[in-house]
Parts: sequence; C-alpha cells; structure tokens
Amino acid sequence: MNTLHEFALRMGDNVLVLGHRVSEWCGHAPVLEEDIALANSALDLIGQTQLWLGLAADAEGSGKSADDLAFLRDAWDFRNALLCELPNGDFGQTLMRQYLFDAWHLIMLGKLTSSSEERVAEIADKAIKEVSYHVERSRDTVIGLGDGTEESHARVQAALDYLYPYVGEFFVSDKVDEAAARAGIAPRLEDLRGAYDLAVAETMSEATLKLPESEFAHKGGRTGSMHTEHLGHMLTQMQWLQRAYPGATW
Amino acid sequence: MSKEWPLWEVFIRGQHGLSHRHVGSLHAPDAEMAIKNARDVYTRRNEGQSIWVVEARHITASSPSEKGPLYEPSESKVYRHPTFFDIPDDVGAM
Amino acid sequence: MYAQMVKSTGKGVKSRDEMSPEEAAFQDRIDADIKIEPKDWMPDGYRKTLIRQIGQHAHSEIVGQLPEGNWITRAPTLERKAILLAKVQDEAGHGLYLYCAAETLGVSRDDLTEQLLDGRMKYSSIFNYPTLNWADIGAVGWLVDGAAIMNQVPLQRTSYGPYSRAMIRICKEESFHQRQGYDIMMKMAQGTEAQRRMAQDALNRFWYPSLMMFGPSDKDSVHSAQSLAWKIKIDTNDELRQKFVDQTVPQAEYLGLTIPDDNLAWNEEKGGHDFSEPDWSEFFDVVKGNGPCNKDRLDARNKAWEDGAWVREGLLAHAEKRAARKTAAE
Repeated sequence: MNTLHEFALRMGDNVLVLGHRVSEWCGHAPVLEEDIALANSALDLIGQTQLWLGLAADAEGSGKSADDLAFLRDAWDFRNALLCELPNGDFGQTLMRQYLFDAWHLIMLGKLTSSSEERVAEIADKAIKEVSYHVERSRDTVIGLGDGTEESHARVQAALDYLYPYVGEFFVSDKVDEAAARAGIAPRLEDLRGAYDLAVAETMSEATLKLPESEFAHKGGRTGSMHTEHLGHMLTQMQWLQRAYPGATW
Repeated sequence: MSKEWPLWEVFIRGQHGLSHRHVGSLHAPDAEMAIKNARDVYTRRNEGQSIWVVEARHITASSPSEKGPLYEPSESKVYRHPTFFDIPDDVGAM
Repeated sequence: MYAQMVKSTGKGVKSRDEMSPEEAAFQDRIDADIKIEPKDWMPDGYRKTLIRQIGQHAHSEIVGQLPEGNWITRAPTLERKAILLAKVQDEAGHGLYLYCAAETLGVSRDDLTEQLLDGRMKYSSIFNYPTLNWADIGAVGWLVDGAAIMNQVPLQRTSYGPYSRAMIRICKEESFHQRQGYDIMMKMAQGTEAQRRMAQDALNRFWYPSLMMFGPSDKDSVHSAQSLAWKIKIDTNDELRQKFVDQTVPQAEYLGLTIPDDNLAWNEEKGGHDFSEPDWSEFFDVVKGNGPCNKDRLDARNKAWEDGAWVREGLLAHAEKRAARKTAAE
C-alpha cells in the first residue's frame, strides 16, 4: 500500500467532487453577491484539487497527472467522503453541506500543517488560508438562514437532518488512515471529533437548529467500497470530453 | 416583491500604505455580510487588505469624484491576467 | 452590442437654439469631456436612456453567464474548469458593477431584474444562441468577448461617471476573457481531426451572430445621433463592425479556420474588408424572442430568482433580528 498516494487521493477527491458541485451553482445563485462568493469557493477547491491530486500522482510514480486522476478514474476509484458528492439541493442544503465539510476541513488542515511529509504540510499551509474564510462564510450563512424566516429555518433544518448522517465518515479510520497516522503524515481521524462536535454544536445553537440525535453514519466513500448513485452521474458529465476523445489535449 | 438588501459603498486599502479608496458598491443584508461580499466581489479575496463598508444611505455627498478603481486579482489565480495566455504576435492586438 | 438598439427619448438632437439654459450648460460639460456625476443636473432623456442602456448591458452580463456556464461541469481539464469558472464569475461581477452604476440614476437592482424577468427589458441577442461543443467556449471568448471589448473600450470615455468607471474596471478584466478564448481555439485548431471540426463548427455558428452584436446599421438613426451627442455611445455600429471584421480575419487565418463568408475580401480602396451582412430578419426574430435559446435563458433566470427568494428574505430577516437584539442590549 502506498500510504501517501492513498492519503492524497482522499484529500484531493473531497475537494474535486465538492468543488465540482459548488461550481454547478455558477449563474444560478439567489443573488449576484452569493453567485460570486460560491464561485470563489469552488475556484479555491479546484486549485486545492490540483495540488492534492498532483501529489497523489507523484507519490504513485506512474507518470500520471492530476488531470489523469480526475478525468480517467471510474467511481470505484474515487476516495472522497460521501458528503461531498451529495447533490446541491436548494441553496440551504448546499451551504449546510459546505459548512459541515468546511468545519472538518479547517481542523484537518490545521493538523496537516505539521505533517511529517513536507509536501502535505505545504499544501495544508496554502489551503488553510482559503478554508478559514470558507468556514467563516458558510457558518454565517447557516446561522443567518437558521435564524432567518420560518421558511429558511425549516429548509436548513431539513438540510441538516439529511446531511448529518454523512458526517461520521470523516472520523472513522481504516488501514490507510492508521498507516498515515503512524507515519506522522496525518492525525488520527478520531482525535478530530471533539473539536468538530464543539464547533458544530455552537454554530447550530446560534442558528437555532437541532442536531439529529442518531449517531448513525453512512460510510464507504473514503474507502471506495460504496459510493452513492450520485457520483456516477457527476462523473459522466465531468469526464465526458476526456472519455469521448481519448488522447486529445485541451 | 420582497424587500431588497441595502446598498453598501465599499472602500479598500491596498498593500502600499495608501488610504482607503472607493472601489464600488454591492448589496448585503448587514455590515458583516457586506464586508464578506466586498472581499468576494472586489478583491477576489487577496489577503492583507483592509475593507470599509458604509451603507450608501448614510453617505452625504457633494459630488463623487473618484476616478480609477483599484483591482488586485488574487495572486494564485494567474489565469485572470491576460499575459497568462501566450498569444502569437502574428495574431495582433488582443 | 451588449446594449443593442437602445432607444433614446425625444425626437432628435436639439440644436443649440432649442436648448434650455440648463440643457446648454449640460451639453457644454459633455463637449468639454467633463464627467456627469449622479447628483448633477441632467436631462430626463439622458437619465432614461442611460438606465435602459446600462440596464441592458448588465442583463447581458448576467444572461451571458448561462451559455458558458453550460460547460463548466464538462470542462476537459482542471485548469480549463478553473479558468472558465473564473471567467463566468467575472461576468457576474460585471453585471454587479453595472447594476450599481444604474442604481446611481435612481432605479433599484430589483426593479431592473423584474423588468428583465418579465421581458420588458432586453439583453444582447448573442446569448440566445446555444453552446454545443467545447470549441464554442473558445469561440465565445474570441468572438463574443472580442466584439464586446471593441464596444467597451471606447465606452470607458463615456460621459456618465459611474458608467465610465464600471467600464474601466470591466475592460481590465475582459482582456483575459478574449485571450482564454483564443487560447482554446489554438489548442483545438492544432488538435485532432475531431477538435478541428469542433473549432470550425463553432466559428460557423458564431460568426454572424457576433456581427449582429453591433446592431443594425444606425447611420440614419435619430436615437444613435442623440446618444452620440451625449457621449453615451462613442462609435456607430457600422464603424465597430468593420473594425471587428478587420481585426478578426487574420486571427482566423492564423488558426487555419475559414470564416463562413464567400464575399469576404480585402478592399484596398477602403482599407478594410468587404463582408456579407448578417441575416437581419434572423436578428429581429431573436430580439422578438424567437432565438434558439430565448425561452431557456429567461426560464433559467426566473428560476434562480424565484428559488432564491427565501434565501434573500431569510438572510435579511436574520440581519434585522440581530440589529434589534443589539439595540435592545444597549
């Protein structure tokens, strides 16, 4: 097992898939200012994808590029958390998904800045600046919508109920995660849960939203054992040109 | 029709010690969101800048006179600069 | 252009004798290239024409996000995806700057938006054409943005201060747009057989609609004469169209692509190209609402606006609650 490769794929696929989802909003957001802000987040995530998948490709040493990994793997080879591939739904669902991801992402990147692997630390250093802003924005929006009108409250509560069962996957280690932790590349995922729960609870309380009580967690995305049906449809769009015209340069 | 978000005027201080300058306007529900929107709209989030926002209705004006807008594209997004694209000389001005 | 066939009010350009003292002083300022600012006195017709023109320009930027946005999720590389997204995002920004400029004339963005959504205001005809293959993204940047720049560069000198400042900012950002388009076209033209076919197909479909962007000949139009006198229009439609053709022909040659016009030829005498007029009946059909994508474009904008209402209301309600809590605590 190539731990660095596997680890970089997991980080990279999260931002690839989520960045793609957020980019779907471009031109369709509720107000121009939000349209521009969402595009900024998506741009940051795509930029981070290039770094992580670039590292994954280097670590694999097979001469592939970040683009090869993004555009020429099938769903079973994707290693993103399921949360990232879930559909946008309404604006509330998109921002709730963003917040639940950003809150984890920030804590994770904070730990990765002291990774034993220099390239991991470098990417984390760059990404954390962007992500501290992402979480500020998604958090404020979730709070604003939760504490807004009756309708906005009901909609983001429904989003939270739908998305929360996908949060647990971020904190469950498998062999790859354990090896990464042992090598000092990444923290133990379980160790991040406390800080995450604290941050999320505080945000939801300010948003007057209720966290679901069930501890149940869907999983299978990060290991690739079972994605949702949504990922395949996303890939048919994302990869179409590369698949239909193999070998062309763009 | 629902109520429109208020209009804010945006002032940004760049990195070279100049005073804040008016760069444009935007809509936001409150001052905090106006600051965030200003970051996203008018700096594409280049760090190290200071932003002021003032709700437009609080400004008393004789006549605006600001001339050139200030625009610093985010450093990592090099493709936003025209020179990122290598266009052959034969093609002419672009 | 992005603002096509904007009708100015009034029957024609007033002579000096017909002008009131205020109107004469106003025209003097314009003739001396002094910018008109929001709080300055201005003729009603100037204000109304500007609102129409800037509004239409802003709407064009916003609707213009859609044909290119159509390919963001299918961009063939990570870098192309980022570039395209950044570009379409810029268009949202340009729309925003322009709406703000219009707002200084006493109209709200929501009001302009409602007029776009129910069809009372128009946007550029070009965005009612579809983007069908990846080279269309190149062609839109190269031709559509190229044509837009041709119009917008002179508009930086327009007489209305806020409009002029918005155009300066927009032009700064716009040059990257045309270059990224041409960059795509070069890759496609130098690429595989299939890619060359896409590139030629894109040029075939976008050539005449791009020429239409400048609007029908306005050499006899009273509306254009008034707008020219007010310096809210700087060149005539025909002048700009000629300039565009002369600039674009060598660029197409460089790509090895064929402009779909058998009459295209260099005319030594006039120092420019002769070329075929676009089919103006098609243009008027598109303007009337019968273009290939008119309905889809307006439906998409209406959907975004309606779906977003609860978000706009929710965030505003929160801001108001928070302000009230703050006041109560003081």
